Amino acid sequence: MTFQIAWFILWGLLWAVYFMLDGFDLGAGMLYKFLGRDEAEKSAIRKAIGPVWDGNEVWLLTAGGATFAAFPAAYAAMFSYLYSALLIILFALIFRGVALEFRAKASSVAWGRSWDIALFLGSLLPALLFGVAFGNIFRGLPIDAQGYHGTLLGLLNPYGLWTGILFVLLFLVHGALWLALKTAGEMEARALRFARTGWFVLLAAAVIFLGWTVASTNLEENYLHRPYWLVVPLLAVASLLLIRVWAAQKKTGAAFFASCSTIVLVTFTGVIGLYPNLIPSRLDPASSLTAFNASSSPYTLKIMTIVAVVFVPIVIGYQVWVYRVFRHKIGAGEGTGGGAVPY
Amino acid sequence: MDVLSLSRLQFAVTAAFHFIFVPLTLGLSLLVAFIETRYLRTNDTMYLKMAKFWGKLFLINFALGVVTGITLEFQFGMNWAEYSRYVGDVFGAPLAIEATAAFFLESTFIGLWVFGWNRVSKKVHVLAIWLVAIATNLSALWILLANGWMQRPVGYVLRNGRAEMTDFGALVFNRFGWVTFAHTVLSGYVLAAFFVMGVSAYHLLRKNEEPLFRSSFRTAAAFGLVSAVLVAASGDLSAVQVAKYQPAKLAAMESFWETRSGAPFTLFAWPDSGNERNAVEFLPVPKALSLMAYHKGNAEVKGLIAFPRDERPPVLPVFLSFRLMVGLGLLLILLAFIGWIKGVRGRLERSPGYLKVMLFSIPLSYIAIQVGWLVTEIGRQPWVVYGVMRTSAGVSASLLPAQVIASLVGFTLVYGLLAVVDIYLLVKYSKRSPDDDLSGILKSAPAKEA
Repeated sequence: MTFQIAWFILWGLLWAVYFMLDGFDLGAGMLYKFLGRDEAEKSAIRKAIGPVWDGNEVWLLTAGGATFAAFPAAYAAMFSYLYSALLIILFALIFRGVALEFRAKASSVAWGRSWDIALFLGSLLPALLFGVAFGNIFRGLPIDAQGYHGTLLGLLNPYGLWTGILFVLLFLVHGALWLALKTAGEMEARALRFARTGWFVLLAAAVIFLGWTVASTNLEENYLHRPYWLVVPLLAVASLLLIRVWAAQKKTGAAFFASCSTIVLVTFTGVIGLYPNLIPSRLDPASSLTAFNASSSPYTLKIMTIVAVVFVPIVIGYQVWVYRVFRHKIGAGEGTGGGAVPY
Repeated sequence: MDVLSLSRLQFAVTAAFHFIFVPLTLGLSLLVAFIETRYLRTNDTMYLKMAKFWGKLFLINFALGVVTGITLEFQFGMNWAEYSRYVGDVFGAPLAIEATAAFFLESTFIGLWVFGWNRVSKKVHVLAIWLVAIATNLSALWILLANGWMQRPVGYVLRNGRAEMTDFGALVFNRFGWVTFAHTVLSGYVLAAFFVMGVSAYHLLRKNEEPLFRSSFRTAAAFGLVSAVLVAASGDLSAVQVAKYQPAKLAAMESFWETRSGAPFTLFAWPDSGNERNAVEFLPVPKALSLMAYHKGNAEVKGLIAFPRDERPPVLPVFLSFRLMVGLGLLLILLAFIGWIKGVRGRLERSPGYLKVMLFSIPLSYIAIQVGWLVTEIGRQPWVVYGVMRTSAGVSASLLPAQVIASLVGFTLVYGLLAVVDIYLLVKYSKRSPDDDLSGILKSAPAKEA
């Protein structure tokens, strides 16, 4: 029982950290063609995410792996029911990774242009579709005792799509702040300007999302039963407002920190509303997959808890250290940067 | 085709494609780490150039290994939901541990290695590539312990309508998994050694940067020879495990039909599964199969007929793959041995014929390693978890054939494109002389050589 609750929280935390970390490099990937006006600026954007994107993406693999180990029935349901959406995410992530690694390895115009498109779509589609997937989970999937009754087009319902748009906007602002933090001069100013203007669109989308969530999901029920949990969505709203306040004061680091906490708190707003459901059913509450009916045995959860307690702090430790090594700003004229490979 | 056959085909295609990149990553990461360590010790810039040259090829290959690996983790849930549900309590743990203990290490420190030449000290930079090398090998260990459980399930009980873990230690110390791990990573080292020897041979034939490529060749020859011999040794241990726990696979590997003691190893045969015998059979080596499987000349070996037809793996592909693997393995030992001798005697440049052979031998180790996996995985059929769950019971119930056809076509197109890009870049950067970016190297050298 305690292990199941602990793993439910950890499940939410892994997705939240994934969105927080990969969120900025997906955002930077979407902005790449628009904020990077020439080859030097584009190269600066790639270098701003180059050392860290791969490590960020592993949080997705860990979120997936932890779901598999701790909640196998939910893992099986989520991945097979959302087959087509996940397939598109998979192809998009493949192209994004390859684009980041291979873009600079040949110099023809067609080569550069193709990988630029791959990077853009490879960043946009996962952001949008993870939002769509979570929007549909918030809303509940059409599951009953006979199984799943949904289709790919069914996932693209207005609420699901709106959640996708919210994710895209969140990651755009988040990515712009990261780029403002990592670049200098004209590029930095442009990125910060984008974050400040884009923030108003994000705010509008977030307000609509909040109202829509109350109207068409059951997420608000947990909050009505236990109002003290409302502190999480309230903090999310406060974080969201602070992004704009700090961005206006050109405190880019603080604004980026606020967008990190916004993403984590928005994710947890959803996770708390879902509890104890991992995959709620829209047709029949008895068919919902929960932390209690979809979990692994107590023995496996205990083993996995030990693994998490030992390794997650170590991972956080060395990832923080590597972020510190690369905390410098990237000059637009830094040349090939001295990597083993031109980037 | 139905969802089951399509999903099996898709898993085979995506796993085999992923496994083009993994073995080179396993071996080349170690070689680059070793070369950069030499640079640290000697301060000789030739080793720096060498580390950068091989490092570039390593990274091209590594990128594709990473992105094609995500597919496999997703696919267990996407196409094999019933499998995941039934065995996730056991099988999910090693996968999650692989991500937590190995993938993070690998992907975080590869970023430090690529971008850190001017940011961290030489020592920390060398440490980064060692951590990458250790992490890739650690990741192989966890995935092969997961696979080892599918081959020889241990430490579980069937309860609550699924397999539940009861003994994590049994899973971690499953001998089957460790033997497969040794056999797999060592064959990855062989492949990397042949890759380095082949590319070095190309440059030596053109008298290009001879000291650098001679040194690369000699290092790889020694590494490849030791690894190739150990591959054979671990293959022997592997055969013992298969004989003990998967007798039907062993019989299929040998196309061996009638149970008997003192079983011979037949050098040439052609299976005739319909009539449960071999259509042709030449040159039996007396008692060799009994020796191989049980290390005893008179041991009894079970023939395929002893198993019900629906518990036998497809004989022909397993039989042929096994022959091909063993044949290539022996050839690779011989080639590495010749290279080692020639290297020690300083005769490499005077052996253009041998160097040409080595250039064209690169694909051989790739073929050997792929057919090796065909033996392991096709030989496990019809089981997905040996003796516990049939492959046919593991497929996702919610999928429609059209969905899997679409994804299979998608994978084929995307992976086909990636293969073209990969070969283009590997050839381009393999042919390029390390001199080409000398200025870049000196400018970015972490020490005072500039």
